[in-house]
Amino acid sequence: MFLGRVVGTLVSEINDVVYENRKLLVLDRLKPEGDPDGSYVLAADSVDAGIGQVVLVLDEGNGARQVVGAPNGAIRTLIVGIVDEVHLEGREPWYPQKDD
Amino acid sequence: MKLGRVIGTLVASVKYQGLEGVKLLIIQPLDKNLKPMNQHRIAADGTAMAGPGELIYYEESREAALACPVKFVPVDTAIVGLVDELMVQGREVWSKGKE
Repeated sequence: MFLGRVVGTLVSEINDVVYENRKLLVLDRLKPEGDPDGSYVLAADSVDAGIGQVVLVLDEGNGARQVVGAPNGAIRTLIVGIVDEVHLEGREPWYPQKDD
Repeated sequence: MKLGRVIGTLVASVKYQGLEGVKLLIIQPLDKNLKPMNQHRIAADGTAMAGPGELIYYEESREAALACPVKFVPVDTAIVGLVDELMVQGREVWSKGKE
């Protein structure tokens, strides 16, 4: 899993059945300190995350398929949490939801 | 998943069994502002609806094969959807009606 920040949304009419009625979000990947690392990823949502929120992203297919209940779905990247606190050694705790 | 643009098609007359009828497309991976990044990929079209010029999103690794009609096929990149509208940082980066 890794940290991401929701920066955008994607609307798609034609897609794999596993994405039907599922929100797709554009995420900036974050370093543990909270800065964007320059890359991005598209992810399906399972926790009703919103723009600007720091989220926990699962990037593993078996787990993702289990969460969405689709054993043969073409899905790998899924938002599975909204991050409240990050504690890193030698740094002040970071509370992403309070910063915003 | 990542964004990509279909830039071409490809025909292979000899393919692994299970891949008959699966359309192969050449895609250019894009960043979230639709600037090209990295090298092209050959992708199976899991939607069977994509064509040259189309803005798509694709999945890589084992999950790509799951987008194909036969689930145990040697495919590492597959188109899983077509983009109708893309908003990033409050800005409309792409809208199908306005292309």
